[in-house]
Amino acid sequence: MSLTPKKITERSGLVVNPVKTCQPIGAMYAALGINKCLPHSHGSQGCCSFHRMHLTRHFRDPVVATTSSFTEGASVFGGRSNLNTSMKNIWKLYNPDVVAINTTCLSETIGDDVGSMIASMDLPEGKTVIHASTPSYVGSHITGYSNMVQAMIKQLAQKDEEASNEKINLIPGFVDPGDMREIKRITKLMGIPFTMLPDTSGVVDSPMTGKYEMYPKGGTTIEEIKDSGNSKATIALGSFASEAGAFELERKCDVKPYVLKTPIGVKATDEFIMQLVKITGQEVPYALEEERGQLVDIMTDTHFHFHGKTVAIFGDPDVVIAMTEFVVSLGMTPKYVVTGTPGKEFKQQVDAILEDAGVEGVKVKNPGDLLELHQWIKNESVDLIIGNSYGKYIAKEEDIPLVRFGFPILDRSVQSYLPIVGYKGAMRLIEKISGALLDRADRDATEEDLELVM
Amino acid sequence: MIDNKNLLENLLSAYPGKSMKNRKEHMMIKDSGEEKQHIMANTRTVPGIMTNRGCAYAGCKGVVLGPLKDVVHITHGPIGCSYYTWGTRRHKGRAKDGEKNFISYSFSTDMQDPDIVFGGERKLKQAIKEAVEIFEPEAISISATCPVGLIGDDINAVAKEAQAEYGIPVLAFSCEGYKGVSQSAGHHIANNNFMENVVGTKDREPKTKYPINLLGEYNIGGDGFEISRILDKIGYDVVSIMTGDGTLEEIKEAHTADLNLVQCHRSINYIAEMMEEKYGIPWLKINFIGVQGTIETLRNMAKYFDDEELIQRTEEVIEEELGEIKDVIAQYKKMCEGNTACLFVGGSRAHHYQNLFKEIGIETVVAGYEFGHRDDYEGREIIPDIEMTADDRNIPELKVTKDEKRYKLRLSEERYEQLKKEMPLGEYKGLVTAMEDGQILIDDLNHYETEVLLDALKPAVFGSGIKDKYVAQKMGIFSKQLHSYDYSGPYAGFKGAVNFARDISAGINTPTWNYITAPWKNDPEIEAELGGAS
Repeated sequence: MSLTPKKITERSGLVVNPVKTCQPIGAMYAALGINKCLPHSHGSQGCCSFHRMHLTRHFRDPVVATTSSFTEGASVFGGRSNLNTSMKNIWKLYNPDVVAINTTCLSETIGDDVGSMIASMDLPEGKTVIHASTPSYVGSHITGYSNMVQAMIKQLAQKDEEASNEKINLIPGFVDPGDMREIKRITKLMGIPFTMLPDTSGVVDSPMTGKYEMYPKGGTTIEEIKDSGNSKATIALGSFASEAGAFELERKCDVKPYVLKTPIGVKATDEFIMQLVKITGQEVPYALEEERGQLVDIMTDTHFHFHGKTVAIFGDPDVVIAMTEFVVSLGMTPKYVVTGTPGKEFKQQVDAILEDAGVEGVKVKNPGDLLELHQWIKNESVDLIIGNSYGKYIAKEEDIPLVRFGFPILDRSVQSYLPIVGYKGAMRLIEKISGALLDRADRDATEEDLELVM
Repeated sequence: MIDNKNLLENLLSAYPGKSMKNRKEHMMIKDSGEEKQHIMANTRTVPGIMTNRGCAYAGCKGVVLGPLKDVVHITHGPIGCSYYTWGTRRHKGRAKDGEKNFISYSFSTDMQDPDIVFGGERKLKQAIKEAVEIFEPEAISISATCPVGLIGDDINAVAKEAQAEYGIPVLAFSCEGYKGVSQSAGHHIANNNFMENVVGTKDREPKTKYPINLLGEYNIGGDGFEISRILDKIGYDVVSIMTGDGTLEEIKEAHTADLNLVQCHRSINYIAEMMEEKYGIPWLKINFIGVQGTIETLRNMAKYFDDEELIQRTEEVIEEELGEIKDVIAQYKKMCEGNTACLFVGGSRAHHYQNLFKEIGIETVVAGYEFGHRDDYEGREIIPDIEMTADDRNIPELKVTKDEKRYKLRLSEERYEQLKKEMPLGEYKGLVTAMEDGQILIDDLNHYETEVLLDALKPAVFGSGIKDKYVAQKMGIFSKQLHSYDYSGPYAGFKGAVNFARDISAGINTPTWNYITAPWKNDPEIEAELGGAS
C-alpha cells in the first residue's frame, strides 16, 4: 500500500480496496445454514468458484455449491435449460433435501425468471427448491444474505391457525458459527425454546471424524423454517442482514418482529437479553448474571489499557455498528467508521451511538473503501485498526496494530469457532484488543520502561 | 489391488444418461498398447455437476494480467470480480528502484443498478481519470465482466480514447466470464492483446549473448524469483517475464530475445507461437519443477545457445546447487517414500509436479486438468485434429505475419531440426506421456468424482485446490494445494524442491492424523463397561 497518496481527492468512478463484496456469496452462506441444503448459483461458473473459494478460506472447511455454468449461448438465449440440466444432475449425484438458488449479475441482467423456471420443473418427492434474486450490482454480500433469508421465509414459512409453537425465532445475521452457537447458548440458558434461521453451526465448523459428510449435522431444518410462522416473535440481530426476513415473516404470518443490534459488547447483549425477557417473561438465570458481572469486572480492571485510544473500525455494517458501541463502552475513541455496504441507517445508527456517548469529530462513511480510510489515517493516525484481513496492508504500511474482526479473516484461524457476541464474546474481544495494544507497548518500550506488570 | 476400470465404470453409473455419456469421454485409463488414446477436453461444463472451474475473467485478469505489477488493473463490473482476485493468487511482485507496484491493490468501477440500465462507459472513463490522477501508473488495463458484454459497453473505444488522452497504454480485455468454457478463454484473450498491442513496441540492446523470455511463469510463492536466481547465476539476460513479477514495460521489448521458455504451455503457448511466426524466436518447453526437470531444462537451454562457456557455466551451477540440496531431499524422501498421489490442478501443474513427487518417492496414480486442452493431455501433434466448438468461436484467433524489419532467424533450419530431436523445441508432449499404464486421467474432475476416487484409492496426498482441500482432509487424506502452495513456496528450481519435500513430508507425517478417532470409539474395555452400566 505504499502508493497511497496522502492527498484525498473526490472519487465517483473508481473504488479501490473495497469493504464489501457482492450479493451471491452472502446468499450462499445463508443457504449453508439450512440443513441438507445445496446452494446453487444461477450464472456463469466463475462466480460460484469464487464464492466457494472465499468462504472456504474464511472457515477452513468444505463449502459445496453447484452452478448453472452459463456459456455465451445461454447468456443470450436465457439459462432455463442450464438450470433444468443442473437440477437433474444435482438430485442424482448430490441428493440434497433443499436446493437454494441465487442469481448473479449475468442472469439478472438478462432477466431470467428463476421463479417461473422452478414452477415448471418436476421436483422429486420430498424435495424443496427455493430461490432468491441476488443481483451483484445492488448492495453487498450482506444484502445477498438478507435476500436469501427473506426468500427462505417467504417461500417456506407457514402459519397454522391453531398452533403456536411458543418459540422465538432468532435471525443471527451475517456472523460466524461460533457466534450462532453463543446466541443459542444464551437463549437456552434463559430456558426459551427457539428456532435459529439460518444456522451454519455444525456446517462450516464441522468436526474431523475421518469421514467426509457432504451435508453435516448442522443447519436449520425445513420443518423448523416452515414452523417459524407459528412462533411468538422474531428477533432479528443486525438490521442490514436480518430485518428483511423478520418483516417478511410479520407480513406473511403475523409474527412480531424485533430488530436489535448484533449483540457485541455489554450494552447490545443486555438489550438482547432484555428483549427475550420482555417477550417471554422468563427470568435471567444466575449463570448469565455471573458472566455479565465478570465482563464488567474485566472492563473495570483494564479500563486504562483502552482509555482514550483512538481506533478505526471497518467491515460489514451490523457488526461495525455494534463494535463502535462496544469500543465506546471501553472508553476508546472511534475515529473512523467505514462500511462498503450502502444504506442510510448505517450513519444514523453510528451517529446515535456517538451522540449518546458525547463523542464528536468521528468520520463515518458508507459506502466507503479502504483507500480512503488509509488516506484518513495518513492524515491523522489512530492507535488501533479493527477490521478484516484486508486491514493488514494498512496496518503494516502505517505500523498500527490490527485486531482481526468480521468477514473475511483469511490469515488467522480459529476465529469462526469462537464467539465475538454475548458477554463471553466481549471477553474474547477485550483479550484481543488489549493484547494488541499491550504487545505494541512492549515492543515500543525502552529497556527501562518495559513493564512486567501491566 | 483396485481395478481402475471397474472403479470408473461404477463411478459413471451414478450419472443421469446424458451426463454419463459426456463424462465418460473425459476419462481414460492409460494403455500404451493402444495406438492412439484420446481424451475429451475443453468442452462445456455440465451444469449442476459441481465443477472446480472458474471463468474467462479469472483466466485473463486473475492469471495473466494480475501479476503485472506496474499496471493499474481496473475491473469493469460489479464489485465481486475485482474483490475475489485481490491478493488471493499468490503472484509475488517486488518493485525495483523507481518502479511502482500495484499488486496489493484492487481497482473496480463497482457497477451499480443505473450503470446496468444506462451503461457504464461514463463511469469507466471517470475511473480511469481518477486512477491516472491518484496513482500516475505506467499503464492501465480494463477487464470486462459478465454484464459488460450484455449491456454493450464499448471498453475498446474507452481504452483508445483514454490512451490518447493520458499518453499511457490503456489495454482493454473483453474477458466476460461467460466466454469460452473455463479460465482458458481468458488466457487466449490476454495473449492476443499483448501480442497485438504490447510486444514489439519498444527496442532494447541485449545485455548478454543469451537474451531470453520466461513465458507462462507467474511467480506463485516466489517460483519466478528462484528461477531468476538460477538464470542470473548462469548469466542469462532475462528480457521479460510473462507475467510473474513482470512489468508491461519489459513485455514491450520481448521481441528482442533469442529464445522463449514456456513453463505453462496452456496459458501462454499462443504468444510463443505468434512470436515465432512474427519475429522468428523459437520456443522451448521447459520445466523448472523438480530437480531433474530443472537440470534438463538448463542443459537444453545451454545446448540451444551452443556456447562452450555457457555449457560449462551451466554444469558448474548445477553441481553447486545440487551439492546444497542433495542430502536434505534424501532425508525427506525417506519420510515420504512408497506413497501415492492424485493430482488435479488447472492446466499445467498436474503434469509438472509428477517429477517432483517422484523425486521424493511418491507415485502419481490419478491426474487431470480443470481446463487443459487435448494438446495438454495428448501432445501438440493432436492440434490439427481438435475440432472447434461453438464455445471456441467467440474467442478471437489472432493471425500474425512476419515482421519484415525485426524478423531474425535465430537458428538455421538444419540446426533447428537437429535440436528438435534432442529437446522439446516448439514441442510439448503432454500429460499422458507422464503416466504409467493402468493409471487414470480425468478432465474437469468434479466434487462427486473426487469423493469417489479419493475414497477408493486413498492416496497419501491429494494435490489440488482450496475448494476440495478440506473435503479430502475430512476423509483423513492430506491435501496439498498446488495452486497456492498452502501459502508456502517457492517450489520451483533447486531450493524450491527442498521446500516442497519439507512441506509434503510435514503434511503426510503430521501427528494430527493420529487423533482423528477418539479413544472411546475403539477401546473395547470402555465399551464393555458402558454396556455393563446401562
